[in-house]
Amino acid sequence: MSKVRVLVGTHKGAFVLNSDGKREKWDVSGPFFGGWEVYHLKGSPADPDRIYASQTSGWFGQIIQRSDDGGKTWIQPGTPPGEQKTPQGIPKGESNKFVYNTAPEKDGKPLTTHQWYDGTQHPWEFKRVWHLEPSLADPDAVYAGVEDAAIFQSKNGGKTWDELPGLRGHGTGPKWQPGAGGMCLHTIVLDQKNPNRMYIAISAAGAFRTDDGGKTWKPINQGLRSQYIPDPTAEIGHCVHRIAAHKSRPNTLFMQKHWDVMRSDDAGDQWHEVSGNLPTDFGFVIDVHAHEPETIYVIPIKSDSEHFPPEGKLRVYRSKTGGNEWEPLSKGLPQKDCYVNILRDAMAVDSMDPCGIYFGTTGGQVYASRDAGDNWAPIVRDLPAVLSVEVQTIS
Amino acid sequence: MIRVVLPPHLRTLAQVGMEVSVDVPGKITPRSVLDALEARYPMLCGTIRDHDTKERRPFLRFFVCGEDWSHESPDIPLPPPITEGKEPFLVIGAIAGG
Repeated sequence: MSKVRVLVGTHKGAFVLNSDGKREKWDVSGPFFGGWEVYHLKGSPADPDRIYASQTSGWFGQIIQRSDDGGKTWIQPGTPPGEQKTPQGIPKGESNKFVYNTAPEKDGKPLTTHQWYDGTQHPWEFKRVWHLEPSLADPDAVYAGVEDAAIFQSKNGGKTWDELPGLRGHGTGPKWQPGAGGMCLHTIVLDQKNPNRMYIAISAAGAFRTDDGGKTWKPINQGLRSQYIPDPTAEIGHCVHRIAAHKSRPNTLFMQKHWDVMRSDDAGDQWHEVSGNLPTDFGFVIDVHAHEPETIYVIPIKSDSEHFPPEGKLRVYRSKTGGNEWEPLSKGLPQKDCYVNILRDAMAVDSMDPCGIYFGTTGGQVYASRDAGDNWAPIVRDLPAVLSVEVQTIS
Repeated sequence: MIRVVLPPHLRTLAQVGMEVSVDVPGKITPRSVLDALEARYPMLCGTIRDHDTKERRPFLRFFVCGEDWSHESPDIPLPPPITEGKEPFLVIGAIAGG
């Protein structure tokens, strides 16, 4: 029987929730890395026991943690398995080094500055890892999206990291600028059929695509319209919050932008709005049903300054038509006095049948639906503010 | 041996208690103490100082015999109470964030 594991990153540590295929009872373990911000954890599709975690702190910087036993124990992947201690018996590990590529090289033109809030140029400064995206095929290969925006890659299980400099170097980098949350590369979507294609999103620069495994990149923002920038249809400058795709249709992308829910059917070359009858089209999360590629989910948030659900009612909205026609899902969710937020990496789906939908709130609840959104219940509550939710379905 | 007191989260990371002792070869300065600390506990690399520039992270301070050495040159020799092991070199996290 399949099992389901939910990985929760919070403002003060990580939690791992396990359940059998019924998804009724959940065993909660953690906090891991208590007191640290855990922006994201994600398991390897190639080896579900391999999980990567981004542990970060304004005081002490960035740490990468890795589990090889499904989240029971963790190491800093600085040394090979079995050699985790120095001859003096002291634990080793130094997997936290992210250095921007500033050397001229053939894959692009690495940059030293981007645009600051006041329009001046500002040096690129590494702050933290927002998102970890393990390879679909190799448990030792993993991408990291970081602030200030760049993409790094590790091919040795998180021990060392190298930037893919073609992204920052493709030409528009000096025009990128931070959003309210910083200039972060927060979304990495791997094409499930084409190993050379990958999508990323940056706040507030927009969406980008590579078709050659990360060597070269191009902006894919045509059709986006953002009234909050001087040229609403500019090539870059859009505050993309999240992109999702179904594994069977890698050319169809769904986007929750700062405002607007968008769709592309040509791998991001052109987008069109599918906000339809949503009560507000501001929000952070978006995801796709595991078995129905035209069924998508968002959680509308009132506005870009009022980061809570409209009317104090927490509602997931589902479209079974790939957008435009949306229905509210509220059974089991608080329908009064609810003023939490749901951050961009805090929604995920399992691949059970019926599909399970999960999301975490800044109030510390993780809600789950075992029936594709019709009914909801908290599977844990009163955690620290939830930053990310990922789900593993384990056969 | 030079005694070093670490903030709580770094003790957890290095799997040590409040205070550690490190053998510091040559001239004993803040830089050489931190070099020796990072050599013995490599998981602390990047958590106290920047990996490459070796600049102190902004929310950390260094205290020596009751004095703030955070803005002193990292190459100034540390005083006898530190070099003789009577006093620890303090790495302290800023009180911030509630």
